[in-house]
Amino acid sequence: MRIGVVTFPGTLDDRDALRAVRLAGGEPVSLWHGDDDLQAVDAVVLPGGFSYGDYLRAGAISGFAPVMGKLVDAAKGGLPVLGICNGFQILCETHLLPGAMIKNAHRSFLCRDQPLRIENNRTAWTTEYAEGQVIRVPLKNQDGQYVADDRTLAQLEDEGRVVFRYVAGATHGPAGFEANPNGSRHDIAGITNEAGNVVGLMPHPEHAVEAGFGPDQPGEGTRTGTDGLGLFTSVLRSLVA
Amino acid sequence: MPRVVVHVMPKPEILDPQGKAVAAALPRLGFEGIASVRQGKRFELEVEGEVTEEVLATLREAASTLLSNPVIEDVVALEVEDA
Repeated sequence: MRIGVVTFPGTLDDRDALRAVRLAGGEPVSLWHGDDDLQAVDAVVLPGGFSYGDYLRAGAISGFAPVMGKLVDAAKGGLPVLGICNGFQILCETHLLPGAMIKNAHRSFLCRDQPLRIENNRTAWTTEYAEGQVIRVPLKNQDGQYVADDRTLAQLEDEGRVVFRYVAGATHGPAGFEANPNGSRHDIAGITNEAGNVVGLMPHPEHAVEAGFGPDQPGEGTRTGTDGLGLFTSVLRSLVA
Repeated sequence: MPRVVVHVMPKPEILDPQGKAVAAALPRLGFEGIASVRQGKRFELEVEGEVTEEVLATLREAASTLLSNPVIEDVVALEVEDA
């Protein structure tokens, strides 16, 4: 299975995402923002970073990149797409996912290992997890506060489209942000579209895929966490099914 | 060249962390009596040729498509300035 990873000017985590695909057993394929071509991949990851320097708004200019025209059409046709951090912001800016991200409520950049509860294990990217399972992956951002109007939030909840929710248990953070790291509405860390093929989340599963290089796992040791690998093995399994 | 100025502000119901940071810094510098600050964006678009109603309609669309994100921001003004 060929999983594409798009690189925009200012993308930071494309190499990590390509590596996560490889460790999960897929064939990683680099995609370029300026190419009007998805190279016949079976799924796409929009990685984290600061594409276009976050100019205008995070993800705003990337949303209109040549590769995104093709990607939006393919996603509407069912192509599995995962947006991580800046990739989530891009998915919101292209309206593949509802809502938007604004600056963290405490106004600081925050980097920590973040526990998340799996609320929906029926998406293309979460079938390898159990519903209610708590995973721990790195979180690192400045514009991570998920906002949407009340009607949209109610719809997301009613339709079970909240996929990841922030829960307590992080090692550190500003006072008042022990569980929810940034003020996101309803503690939302990630959501999906109606069809379940497009998923976006702010934390970084691609940084938790190999023991020795992942987050600290309490009780198991430093850097041993590999909880993020499940997203990548999930999509490979859903493509075969 | 005529210039069209577009003002974009965060929606009133959206918390504005940047405005809050500025508001917190003002009294530290001795600027008292400012109850709150909200921070927005000003875009200056230089237009080729005359600013007709058709041109303005196109710019309004650009303002609501790229210059602002309607989920979190409002285009509060779009003004024509003669250069």
